[in-house]
Amino acid sequence: MEAFFDWFRWLYNETGINLTFIYDAFDRTRLLKGFLTTVWLSAVCLVFSVIIGIVGAWLQGSRLKWTRRIVQGYIQFFRNTPPLVQLYFFYFALGSLMPKVQNDWGGYEPMLGNFAWAVISLSFFAGSFNVEIFRSGIEAVPTSTIEAAESLGYTRLKAYIHIVLPLAFRVCLPALNNNLVNLVKATTLAFAIAVPEMLYVSSQIWSDNVNVREMMTFLLVAYVGLVGILVWAMNRWERAIKIPGYGSQ
Amino acid sequence: MPEHTDNFKETPFVSITDVYQSFGDNQVIKGISFNVAKGEVICIIGPSGSGKSTLLRCINGLVKIDAGSIKVKNLEVHDPHLNKLELRKIVGMVFQQYNLFPHKTALQNIMMAPIHVLRQDAGEVKDRAYGLMRKVRLEGKEEFYPGELSGGQQQRVAIARSLAMNPEVMLFDEVTAALDPETVKEVLVTIRDLAEEGMTCLLVTHEMGFARELADHMYFTENGVIVEHGPPEVFFNAPEDPRTKEFLSQIL
Amino acid sequence: MFRRNPKRRPRQVNPRHRLAVLLPTRPGVTGASNADQKFSQLSSGRLRAIHLLWLFLIFGASAFGAGAQNGTDQPSIVMTILAWTPLLLKGFGFNILISFMSMAFGTAIGSVLGVLQISLLPPVRFSSRILTQFFRNSPWLVLLFYCMFMLPFEITVGGLRIPFPDWIKAVIGLSLPVMANVAEIVRGAINSIPSGQWEASESLAFTRRQQIWLIIMPQCYKRMLPPWMNLYAILTMATVLASIVGVEEVMTLAGQVLAADGRPELLVPIYSFVLLWFFAYCYPIARWTIRLERKFVLNT
Repeated sequence: MEAFFDWFRWLYNETGINLTFIYDAFDRTRLLKGFLTTVWLSAVCLVFSVIIGIVGAWLQGSRLKWTRRIVQGYIQFFRNTPPLVQLYFFYFALGSLMPKVQNDWGGYEPMLGNFAWAVISLSFFAGSFNVEIFRSGIEAVPTSTIEAAESLGYTRLKAYIHIVLPLAFRVCLPALNNNLVNLVKATTLAFAIAVPEMLYVSSQIWSDNVNVREMMTFLLVAYVGLVGILVWAMNRWERAIKIPGYGSQ
Repeated sequence: MPEHTDNFKETPFVSITDVYQSFGDNQVIKGISFNVAKGEVICIIGPSGSGKSTLLRCINGLVKIDAGSIKVKNLEVHDPHLNKLELRKIVGMVFQQYNLFPHKTALQNIMMAPIHVLRQDAGEVKDRAYGLMRKVRLEGKEEFYPGELSGGQQQRVAIARSLAMNPEVMLFDEVTAALDPETVKEVLVTIRDLAEEGMTCLLVTHEMGFARELADHMYFTENGVIVEHGPPEVFFNAPEDPRTKEFLSQIL
Repeated sequence: MFRRNPKRRPRQVNPRHRLAVLLPTRPGVTGASNADQKFSQLSSGRLRAIHLLWLFLIFGASAFGAGAQNGTDQPSIVMTILAWTPLLLKGFGFNILISFMSMAFGTAIGSVLGVLQISLLPPVRFSSRILTQFFRNSPWLVLLFYCMFMLPFEITVGGLRIPFPDWIKAVIGLSLPVMANVAEIVRGAINSIPSGQWEASESLAFTRRQQIWLIIMPQCYKRMLPPWMNLYAILTMATVLASIVGVEEVMTLAGQVLAADGRPELLVPIYSFVLLWFFAYCYPIARWTIRLERKFVLNT
């Protein structure tokens, strides 16, 4: 393993290309942690945004006028304002309003840390798109299908679970995948509130080692690679659950 | 089965020799040969998937063939050095889905190709376009957009558009299949007028009555080969091959 | 004798009438709700005012609540914000300027890239596809960082020194993802044109260049407009990212205002204020986009 790293030290000495995050143990560890933070942040936001999307889509079908209006207001607000400013709003503005708790060593810290606020902000942001996506998926299932299910004896709930949702899911999936990709790209915004995701850690590395060019190139390649793998996996999944002859081919 | 060249006094206008064509693994045309004399009206019928539309597209050069040769007026269609412009001045094609340019009026649709491709004078082309609209009995509809015309009217504009290039042979690919029954007749009348003026026509069609009346020679294709051919009187009244008999019994 | 009196109003049916067939039909009452109709109800212009009303309420309530805690020696929250508004508006105008320039550059290059993606030459097609996918999959902030650090701070052209200020680098950085997205929009629009158009124009002996310019592209413009406008809204919201890399736009100015004033009660009002401006700018664009989409669907 050391020989592998030595080659990169040699590369630095010979050409000046300084890839400290490979040969230096400290940088390597913290970059890996940053990468895992990015992945973890994306995963948590994905789960919460899907939940928010499902709840929002369900509420949007409500009989009550004001429920529908509040959901619509939420969607329009989060879709038409910059996610960065939303993040600042949550972290700085709302964060300052929250009570402070005492931490282990006697100091006062805000109740929710920056990672938590990043999750909240990004989940609501992605969730607002998901509400639209889920709604359009459910509507894509013709009512005649639900009627047919009911005339076969399914209750409303069972019809939804066994018939509507599987079909709606297949319609939603391409848009959901697109949203997931945007979510992964949006995790870089957490840089602004010092969440130690990959971009933030890279900035720390390059301010220590003055190897900006290498780190930036690596970042571009890493994100494009991460998103590329995600897109490929999602396409495989889409093709695996595709129903022959259904929907647009 | 006698070859359809026995009666030819001069070289055929369109000659198709041993053509093979496939899309990937799917072999669509498996050895078709026939000839067409100038001024003849040829009708090709057959079940869907038998390669009829693909054959027309091969004649026009829209689709490449794997083997064989297609000659139109002594131009080898699939010669890589052939200037496609020369071919398309001679061959005109009308499609099932009309394929009019939706962002141009009917008159502009007819005028576009002669102006941009043949570089003819706009004033001349306009006069000719008006004449063609009259010929397809659509006087007064020149400034209408395709979206404002009925299917039959659009198809006649499409015919006029191809005629604007002064072709010597016209290919019709199931041009009435997408039309309502009431509008089919007006298109068939237009094609009949063209045929009676002496235009060489190759039609892929399901209109048996029309074919019987107008065709000089009939071809039946199935699975990429010609199963039977003959003049309409013989073809419709006394088909030889059982496959032809079965197909005709289903349609007629 | 039985002439209809035009002034007579139609007979009103008691909505709780026993015979249901006499009731006027109400869409959306049956379980089979036409949610599209609901959506169009929700998207009515009246609702837009309600959205802004909500925001004003939040903003006003926070300002009022914060101001109530405040002592009387400092100017009230509302007065402070009003005093800083001209400066913040100038910053917001700068954001808009950056968005216009990025959109212009990105659209120009992206359209070319989009048409290259359908080129008949495999190497051109391949490399333009790779370029597009690369810039589409990169986070906008990373591209912005890249341009800020990698582009020189001034370039010398033939003895003339042209300074390259930060905001120009931000414009270039933002025009890269715009370029990739425009290329995708163009390619998508071209692919949505039915193949019959290509066949018919080829049969009429048009060259490839003539096909693209005279027949395919004119039909594409309408289809490209709604996603392009959507992209513009996204870009406008993304201009805020420039604050992270040090460009003086509305967020940096807001931060400076907060630092200068020092009162924590100003946080919610100022951020709400900035959010409100972006909302007021981007929401009408979103509504217009939806209207255009509907209009084009009806026309095709």
